[in-house]
Amino acid sequence: MQTDKVISVSNLTKKFGDFTAVDNISFDCVKGEIFGFLGANGAGKTTAMRMLCGLSLPTSGEASVAGFDVYKESELIKKKIGYMSQKFSLYEDLTVWENIRFYAGIYGLSDSNIREKSRQLLTELHLEGQENALVRSLPLGWKQKLAFSVAIVHNPAIVFLDEPTGGVDPITRREFWGLIYEASARDITVFVTTHYMDEAEYCNRVSIMVDGKIEALDTPANLKQHYNADSMDEVFLHLARTATRSQD
Amino acid sequence: MRMLKFLLQKELQQILRDPSIIRILFIMPMIQLLILPLAADYEIKNINLGVIDHDHSQYSRNLINKIISSGYFRLKDYSATFPQAIKSIELDKADLILEIPGHFDRDLIQENNNTLFVAVNAINGIKAGLGSAYIQAIINDYNQDIRTQWIQFPRFNPQPMIEVVTNNWYNPNMNYRVFMVPGILVMLVTMIGSSFAANNIVREKEMGTIEQINVSPIKKYQFILGKLIPFLVLAMTVLTVGLIIARVVYGIVPLGSYSTIYFFATIYLIAILGFGLLLSTYAQTQQQSMLVSFFITMIFNLLSGLYTPIESMPEWAQIITRFNPVSYFIEVMRMVMLKGSGIADIRPHIIAMLGFAVFFNSWAILNYRKRSV
Repeated sequence: MQTDKVISVSNLTKKFGDFTAVDNISFDCVKGEIFGFLGANGAGKTTAMRMLCGLSLPTSGEASVAGFDVYKESELIKKKIGYMSQKFSLYEDLTVWENIRFYAGIYGLSDSNIREKSRQLLTELHLEGQENALVRSLPLGWKQKLAFSVAIVHNPAIVFLDEPTGGVDPITRREFWGLIYEASARDITVFVTTHYMDEAEYCNRVSIMVDGKIEALDTPANLKQHYNADSMDEVFLHLARTATRSQD
Repeated sequence: MRMLKFLLQKELQQILRDPSIIRILFIMPMIQLLILPLAADYEIKNINLGVIDHDHSQYSRNLINKIISSGYFRLKDYSATFPQAIKSIELDKADLILEIPGHFDRDLIQENNNTLFVAVNAINGIKAGLGSAYIQAIINDYNQDIRTQWIQFPRFNPQPMIEVVTNNWYNPNMNYRVFMVPGILVMLVTMIGSSFAANNIVREKEMGTIEQINVSPIKKYQFILGKLIPFLVLAMTVLTVGLIIARVVYGIVPLGSYSTIYFFATIYLIAILGFGLLLSTYAQTQQQSMLVSFFITMIFNLLSGLYTPIESMPEWAQIITRFNPVSYFIEVMRMVMLKGSGIADIRPHIIAMLGFAVFFNSWAILNYRKRSV
């Protein structure tokens, strides 16, 4: 169904001088899908994601996010998406509650809505009683879960997650994916990059980028079958070994 | 509007939570205003004087006494010969040497004129220049005294004398503090305006939080306003602390009204904050923004007319000062404080400052990009 497409990318390219970071990629994402965006370090995942979020201008190709063009309507896209960058991006010197209020506020939620949302969010994350703690003082896993919840506090159509579980322990990672499934159940499309292959198995569809190109895109089950592999790990290694770009 | 409310609320919470900012806000102006005006004084005192008196007469002793009792000179060295005296300059014991020739009193009485020799150590140019001017004034005065003693009243004075009497308008006692304190206050407010605001945005760049802002629907002007307003309030607070210190400690009450000062200060700070914000759109790290803002505000301050009068600068430097917002504020501060100027008197300054404000802020907004190329 055409209307279900929330991200549609065709021949998208980003060049930095002579270097082609993202080379002619094309794909679509549908509503409520969990789309895994895999690739070795330096494969161009973050660059592609930044173009879709309106943080970086594409060199050529076309892309629309939430029905808006990335060239001309990037500010409209920004109302419809959530973003969680590789770098932790809540304010460490603000409390949990102040962060929630700030991010909910700048996305235009009403005061009563903000109060209700934050109460709900604190319960979900088991952070009741911690609302006045500085974010700086929280353990990393909690910070990441909070950052994710804040990124979707305004109920976006799509949430972009750039390696959200880096450095997080396995139990918290599992909890984090619980949050992702909940978001997906609320029809939020989740666009996620990761280096953990067990997480790739949790995705509805997975794309694997090698040297700026998308080399494979399918459901994890189909990919394993196609490459005759037992796990996503094998699929990834099979493809990533062909990379010629030096890894950072 | 609602967006701005959340931005301001967040900024305020961060500022109030940072103890170093509060300390800098109150301690910096106090130290600067309590120490600098007392120490940084244009008046030259304690000039070390070396004397070679070849005459040893009543008149030469009177002259030396008169010089010492002026309070500007300290008799450091009594030499017999000039080479000996020059040695004391070389050893940095004396700044100035006065040589009184032999037969000083005899020639003075018989020939009605005489020559004194003054040698100056010009390593410190200001000290040398003022020192020799002071000693010339004293000798002139001494000359007058002798003439009035000798030339009896009814007799015709062969040399017409013109005496210049100066009257110091606006600062009758030539009080340097009245002159320096407003200037130092300007410097302080400028430093807080330019470097605090610049560092603040660059810090968001370093932390990565700016990316979260860029991916949100916040508009550029809202973001810039959200940074500008809190620092405007901070700088105004420092200005207020400074004006209170000026009044309580130095008894400096502006002849003009405080409202004129605050009115101009607001426009001035919008300009200076715009400059700081502009800087932050270029700098990637706090070191960069610190160094650049330090470098530029130093030039701004040195060319502001705080230390050296703009009128005595070379023409090219005077042209530069016209592009220096600091010089306008210092002038306005002194005009309002000392002359009691009102809004109408500082109209050209207001217009120029509005120009700076529009220029820096539009450039900052233009150069702030939510999306990189």
